[in-house]
Amino acid sequence: MSLAEAVRAPRSLYPSARFLRSELGMVFRRLRNQALLVVLACVPMLIAIAIKVTNGGNGDNGRGDGGALFGSITANGVFVAFSALFVVIPLFLPMAVAVVAGDAVSGEANLGTLRYLLAVPVGRTRLLAVKFAGVLVWCLTCAVVVATVGVLIGLVLFGGGDVTLLSGTSVSFGAGLWRLALVVGYVAVNIAAIGAIGLFVSTLTEVPVAAMATTLGLTITSQVLDAVPQISAVHPWLPSHYWQQFIDILRDPMALDRVGHGLLASATYAVLFLTLAWARFSNKDVSS
Amino acid sequence: MTLVETQPAASPSTVDGDEVAIASSGLTKRFRGGQVAVDELDLHVPAGAVYGFLGPNGSGKTTTIRMLLGLIFPTSGTHTLLGLPFTENAGRVLPRVGSLVEGPAFHPYLSGQANLARLDAADRTVDPRTARRRIGEALERVGLAAAAAKRYRNYSLGMRQRLGIAAALLRPRDLLMLDEPTNGLDPQGTREVRHLIRQLGDEGVTVFVSSHLLSEVSQVCSHVGVMSVGRMVWQGSLAELSAQQQVRVHVSTSSPASAASVLGRLGLAEVSTVDGGASAVLGDVLPEHVVEALVADGVGVRGLAVERPSLEDVFVGLTGEGFDVSG
Repeated sequence: MSLAEAVRAPRSLYPSARFLRSELGMVFRRLRNQALLVVLACVPMLIAIAIKVTNGGNGDNGRGDGGALFGSITANGVFVAFSALFVVIPLFLPMAVAVVAGDAVSGEANLGTLRYLLAVPVGRTRLLAVKFAGVLVWCLTCAVVVATVGVLIGLVLFGGGDVTLLSGTSVSFGAGLWRLALVVGYVAVNIAAIGAIGLFVSTLTEVPVAAMATTLGLTITSQVLDAVPQISAVHPWLPSHYWQQFIDILRDPMALDRVGHGLLASATYAVLFLTLAWARFSNKDVSS
Repeated sequence: MTLVETQPAASPSTVDGDEVAIASSGLTKRFRGGQVAVDELDLHVPAGAVYGFLGPNGSGKTTTIRMLLGLIFPTSGTHTLLGLPFTENAGRVLPRVGSLVEGPAFHPYLSGQANLARLDAADRTVDPRTARRRIGEALERVGLAAAAAKRYRNYSLGMRQRLGIAAALLRPRDLLMLDEPTNGLDPQGTREVRHLIRQLGDEGVTVFVSSHLLSEVSQVCSHVGVMSVGRMVWQGSLAELSAQQQVRVHVSTSSPASAASVLGRLGLAEVSTVDGGASAVLGDVLPEHVVEALVADGVGVRGLAVERPSLEDVFVGLTGEGFDVSG
């Protein structure tokens, strides 16, 4: 009998769920990431306390949609969650995602554990898939933490009850929470696009901090470009352009045009950068 | 023929001496910038062998191991592991290969045990229900059981090296590739690793162990390959290597010239006279015959020495510049 015959296909391939669980453990047990979640949880608390001690302010709730959200907080605590999401999506959430996604591959390369994972063997495509799945869960968790803490502290300080939407219509508290769930999903998908960019950058370097900074830098660049009126033609296709557009979900009926466009843009970026990450990583020499 | 499911390491490869655990043909790695790290390497590691992969630092050993494991891609050439062409079968063959490449690497804030669990979780071909037991056994085998729950960052260099070897032993393997496994170990640890390698070899596992120190592996190896500047300068069994050693005879005498002429008459090669004696390659001639001939010819023999060069000398001869760093 030859060696080749002795190699049998493994009886059963145990599913990758175990590896994904391990990956999630790596992400969520890490002190740095727990600290990020605490920072995110502080945002709705700060907002709620600030509004409470100023007694809702002097009636001037600022300009635009953000102002409308903040103005509704004293009427219903659930708006703490909406306001907090509105505040964290331009910078805090991208930062939290850039840290985890940027670290995904470069962190393992930096420690040298990447070579041992590949030798286990973990196929390179499977490694990227599990890493991105971990990033997705992380994105969702970040948004859920902000929303949950926001709802809880909002209910404590301002109470609940029927939710008056931005268009003036009232819906039940349950329907309000349903809209919050939609907003959380929208936010998670949008920052997942940043996660895909981060994962790609992470395959380019063995220095995790460089990958994190580059990812966050790209996010900020997108927002800077978004502020230049001369190139308004490309604005709708910038990854950050429709981030705060989730307020459309708080109208009655929901105005989903721009929300849909935002989802499409984010999905496009996610697919594009995941493909780039795969193309880059699948034939890369791992010499770390 | 069926394979005992619980003991894949006891593969039939050891029964049949013709089987090859690692074979490469023309394996070449040229890095960007043109530096050739490994040049046309034809490895031949028989199944069941303990193969010492020797060479000075920078001679291309680690680059070779990285190519064998699929971490880096060869510029040209192919190889087989356990009889299977690697590129097409990496996913099937690698679970049977344990490796230690360029030192251990683990997550510093996880314990040794948790680090092994992480690697085990990544293996899709292994039964999760046995993970706990296998991790315990691997740690036991390298003497780390007591430090299993300690964070990796608090491990000493030697403990880290041991954990690296434990990772390679997480499941029964048919082939182990150990890159400098005794790095950072104290003499006691070095002896333990040598003992472990010998034990694994006895169990039928093919062990491919690289080292820049011949003395570390020569006691346990059945085969050796010697690298120098990216090229294989010699490979074969240790017995073949010993056969290559040139045993010289040295005669101390007051009349070197006549001694030399006797040696020449006996048919010895490379006869030379030195101050106070003569020497030559002994070849098949027995030393007692040399003495007999010298005495019969009236040469006053003060002493006669048979000089067998050490393996170290043989290797220095093969690698030319000796075991120094080669650019």
